[in-house]
Amino acid sequence: MLTRLASLLVLVAAWQAAALEAGSRLLPAPMAVLRFIAQEAERGDLAHNVGATLLRVAIAFAIAMVLGVILGVALGRSKAADLTLDTPLLVLLNTPALVITVLAYVWVGLTEAAAILAVVLNKLPNVAVIVREGARNLDPQLDEMARAYRLDRRTWIRDVLIPQLQPYMVTAARSGLSLAWKIVLVVELLGRPDGVGFAINYYFVQSTDVAAIIGYSLVFMAVMIGIDVLLLQRLEAHVRRWR
Amino acid sequence: MSAAGAEPVLRVRIDSKWYRPRRAEPVEAVRNLAFGVGAGEIVCLIGPSGAGKTTTLRILLGLDAEFEGQVSGADQASIVFQEPRLLPWRSVEHNVRLGLPRARRGRDLDGLFAQLGLTAWRGSYPKALSLGMQRRVALARALADGPRVLVLDEPFVSLDDAAAAGLRGLVVDTVDRTGMSVLMVTHNVGEAIGIADRLLLVSRRPASLVAAVPLDRPRPARDRTWADATRAALAAQHPDIIAL
Repeated sequence: MLTRLASLLVLVAAWQAAALEAGSRLLPAPMAVLRFIAQEAERGDLAHNVGATLLRVAIAFAIAMVLGVILGVALGRSKAADLTLDTPLLVLLNTPALVITVLAYVWVGLTEAAAILAVVLNKLPNVAVIVREGARNLDPQLDEMARAYRLDRRTWIRDVLIPQLQPYMVTAARSGLSLAWKIVLVVELLGRPDGVGFAINYYFVQSTDVAAIIGYSLVFMAVMIGIDVLLLQRLEAHVRRWR
Repeated sequence: MSAAGAEPVLRVRIDSKWYRPRRAEPVEAVRNLAFGVGAGEIVCLIGPSGAGKTTTLRILLGLDAEFEGQVSGADQASIVFQEPRLLPWRSVEHNVRLGLPRARRGRDLDGLFAQLGLTAWRGSYPKALSLGMQRRVALARALADGPRVLVLDEPFVSLDDAAAAGLRGLVVDTVDRTGMSVLMVTHNVGEAIGIADRLLLVSRRPASLVAAVPLDRPRPARDRTWADATRAALAAQHPDIIAL
C-alpha cells in the first residue's frame, strides 16, 4: 500500500514538473485538471456524461456477459458448435472495435441500440472464449457423479456447472469491464450526443482543452477502478470462499 | 444371510466390452461376466487391478452404454465412488441432499446425519474434512434416498484401519437394518472375507467370472482363524487372483 502511494506521488510530481517545464495549456498541471473537474461537476455536465457512459457500459456489459457465457458453454461442451462457430468468432475477435462500431451505426442507424450492439459485439467473443476454456475443463469425475445420481438439469447447472465456471466468469467480467468502457468511449465519440466519449471529443474539437480531456478520463478511470475494487474483487473473494 | 435362490434385485450380464482408442489397439475389457445380487446380500467383486472391475461398475450404473449385454435393477442403485467426488463449493448438507431427487430434497435427514456421525459437520465445506469423513459424506449421499442397492468402488482404500472399519460397520449396519443389497468392488481380500455373503472372483483382462464363492458363516461369528483359513483355501484354489 505504501509503495503504491509512493509511486502515485512520484507520478504526480513528475507530471507537475513536466507541466511547469512546458508552460503550455497543452500540458496542464494537476491543479488545472482538478479545477476543470470541479467546474464541470458544478455545471452538472460531469455527472450527466459519466452517468450516461456508465449506463451504456452496464447494459452492454450485462448483455455481453449473459450471451457470452451461454455461447462459451455451448462451444466448450459441443464439438459441433465449436467447429461451426470458431471461425466467425475468430473473425469477430480480430475485427477492430472501430470497424464494428462504424458498421453498427451505418447498418442500424445512429441510435442507442446501435451503440449498445457495437459494444456487445466487441466484448462478446472475449467472454465466450474465456468461458469456453472453463467449459472444456469441467471435472469429468463430477460429471459422472451427476449422471450416476441423475441430477436434474437445473440442479446440474446451479450446483455443478456454474460453480466450476465462476472463476472464468469473474476473469471475463474483470477483463471485459475495462474493455467495455474503452469501447463505449469510442462509440460515444462517433455517434452519441452525450457521455464521456462525447465530452472528450467535444473539448478536443472545440478548443483542444487538454485539461478537460485528462479530467474526464481521470474521473471515469477512478469510477471504473472503484467498481473493480468494490464490486468485482469482492465478488471474486466470495466465489472462492470454499477453497 | 445369503439370499441365493431369491429373485436378484440387481442383474448384470456383460457379454463383451471393448475399448477402441483412436490410435491404439482395441482392448477387450470384459467378456462373459454375469451375476446377480439378491435382496439384503453383500457381494464383493474381487480381481487383479486393471481387470475391468471399475468398467463393470460404470456399465451397470449406465455411465457407459457401449457394451453388449444387459443390466436390470440399476435404476434403484446408488454409488460411492473410489474418490468422494463431493462438490467442494457446497456444504456437507447440500452434498448429501443431492442424493435425493429434487422433489424430496427438503426431507428430514437428521437421523441419517446422526447415524453417520456427521451432525456436527453439516454446515462445513468438504475441504475442511479428512478423507475418512469425506467418504462418510459420500456414503450419506448414497444412502439419502434409501437405495435398494448400494454400489461401492473401493470405498475404503487409503483410510487408516479404524476409519475403514468404522465405515464398513456403517454399511453392514444399514444392510442388516434395511435389507439393502451391496455390490462392492475391492482388491482387499481380507475386507471382503470379513463382510461378504458371496465373493465373485474375476480374471485378468478381459474380465470374466472365475468363481462365485458363498461365505455362509454369519458375520458376527467370523473370527480371525476362520478368516485366515478361508483366505488360505481361496489362495490355494485361485493363486493368480488371491495372494496369501
